[in-house]
Amino acid sequence: MSDRKVVGIIGLFDDPDSLIAAAKKVRDTGYTKWDCHTPYPVHGLDDAMGLKPTPMPYITITAGLIGGALAMYMMYWMSAVDYPVRIGGKPYFSWPAFVPITFEAFVLFAGLATMGGMIVLTKLGSWASPLHDNDVMGEVTSSRMGVVLDADDEKFGEDSARDLLGEVGCQDIRVLYAADDEEA
Amino acid sequence: MNPPPPDSSTLEEPVVDSSRAAKLQADLRKLDADIQAPMESFPTQRWLGAFGLAQIGAVIFLITFVYTIARGIGVWGNNNPVGWGFAITNFVFWIGIGHAGTLISAILYLLRQKWRTPIARFAEAMTIFAVIVALQFPLVHTGRPWLAAYWLLPLPNANNIWVNFRSPLLWDVFAVSTYALVSIMFWYTGLIPDLAAARDRAQHRVRKLVYGILSLGWKGSNRAWQHYEKAYLLFAGLSTPLVLSVHSVVSFDFATSVIPGWHTTIFPPYFVAGAVFSGFAMVATLIIIMRKYFKLQHVITLDHLDLMNRIVLVTSLMVGYAYMMELFIAWYSGVVFERFAFMNRAMGSYGWAYAIMVTCNVILPQLLWFKKIRRTIKFMYPIVIAVNIGMWFERFVIIMALHRDYLPSSWHDFTPTWVDYGMLIGSFGLFFTLLLLFCRFLPTVAIAEAKMDAPGAQPTGGHHE
Repeated sequence: MSDRKVVGIIGLFDDPDSLIAAAKKVRDTGYTKWDCHTPYPVHGLDDAMGLKPTPMPYITITAGLIGGALAMYMMYWMSAVDYPVRIGGKPYFSWPAFVPITFEAFVLFAGLATMGGMIVLTKLGSWASPLHDNDVMGEVTSSRMGVVLDADDEKFGEDSARDLLGEVGCQDIRVLYAADDEEA
Repeated sequence: MNPPPPDSSTLEEPVVDSSRAAKLQADLRKLDADIQAPMESFPTQRWLGAFGLAQIGAVIFLITFVYTIARGIGVWGNNNPVGWGFAITNFVFWIGIGHAGTLISAILYLLRQKWRTPIARFAEAMTIFAVIVALQFPLVHTGRPWLAAYWLLPLPNANNIWVNFRSPLLWDVFAVSTYALVSIMFWYTGLIPDLAAARDRAQHRVRKLVYGILSLGWKGSNRAWQHYEKAYLLFAGLSTPLVLSVHSVVSFDFATSVIPGWHTTIFPPYFVAGAVFSGFAMVATLIIIMRKYFKLQHVITLDHLDLMNRIVLVTSLMVGYAYMMELFIAWYSGVVFERFAFMNRAMGSYGWAYAIMVTCNVILPQLLWFKKIRRTIKFMYPIVIAVNIGMWFERFVIIMALHRDYLPSSWHDFTPTWVDYGMLIGSFGLFFTLLLLFCRFLPTVAIAEAKMDAPGAQPTGGHHE
């Protein structure tokens, strides 16, 4: 067991208050490569971890504006430039009639970008994590809350990490090993 | 692998009362077990029976669909001047059903209405299946669905001509397809953490693999939750104006014409209210059965049904107001054709449909003023069923305005054929097939959201430091 590569240490908590306290402690100790795993979003954890605000809204609005502009331009070009047809005595570029589709294109582009941006930012689509295929994964998607200290962090040491989690009252500390060294 | 034994050399006592933490752990695990129980057990005979019935309906739908394509839409009761019959009625009916799902999942989310949590997932699923069913009708009405993309979308074609962007029918194409895509993405986003929970509970290899792939490797990481929660909020923010726009655009199909009764400004708000009305009635119709059958009465309580019934009552009043206002404006306008159209609507060939519409949509829902009726399943159930029927007839009544236009020589009544009835009945079969599959394979209640609202699930002392 001892020759397996340690990739991190996880401390499991049973309630959100202890988790928040632990997160603040880890943040203040100066760890950068660490994370909290919870079965549901815990209010205030972003602050406790010291996370920067998410850029999601900018992604959504930018994509939406691009979508709306493209739609209006497409309708202008098709109705007034490429093949102008006089319909109902209206101008070729009768923009008020183009508003509904411009709006729908805004929402469509914004929605696609929100989904795509979320997948990229949350690193979904990656199954490569020492947590997968580990019993601890089931615990943190079901009911318990874990603080993971990554072995790649400069401050990481197996004993010091253990001590840090112990200091904040964690009673269930487990070592995470690299997946490729698994026995079973 | 076996995790090493827990380290017992802790330096401090836990900072909180351990019994509270133990209760939270028990609550969260119970939520997981209760909500996922239907997914983990073998289908019961009642489910199989219901699924069999739905399959019969779906087969009827398939047969009538293929028959229509093979013989042409002449097999329907449509004629001149009633160029639109059951197909558009069914289309608007199903789209309207879908709207309650978006209202519950997006608008009530933005308004921080916590009571939406247990019903939101189910209502969203209903939205998606209703939109899928609705989309079949314009598709089959094109006669040649495999060519429909050329008529519906601005694609380069041999004639070098483009679609007409000034037509409400084209707006419909964009509105409904955007609505379908955004609803699916919103729903899937909500599902990801729950699929991960299902993956980690799964015992069977195949289940683990399928849920594992679908959950995209979700780890419950807070660095992910942070983006995820904002994305969910943004989806809610996008869906809210979207749902209002979709039914407004659908109503433009009947509002921007010059036919009497089809030239009116009241339609967009009236259609949106009607959609919410019929949608909530459908959610109630289905969820009353679902909660009993899956034993989720403690998750979806009578309080939730009471609140839904109040929304049905409020929207019934809005719809009733619109019916009266239509009649009033027809009279007040002084236009003889307008007056004739509305008198004919209430007393003409389809006066019976108008009577069903008013009874089911305006008169019967008034019973929901009584608390006892709002909170008793056997009383409320017939009412919500009546609303479903009434709202189908509302669209039928509007479309039947076509049978008396300006020119008496072109007047013609509409008589549905067996194909029309088959498609209507079959569409329910298709809808229930999808819904029953959803109930078996996916969590019908948003687990992560239910956990989030569990007592003691959030840290004490406010949301922020």
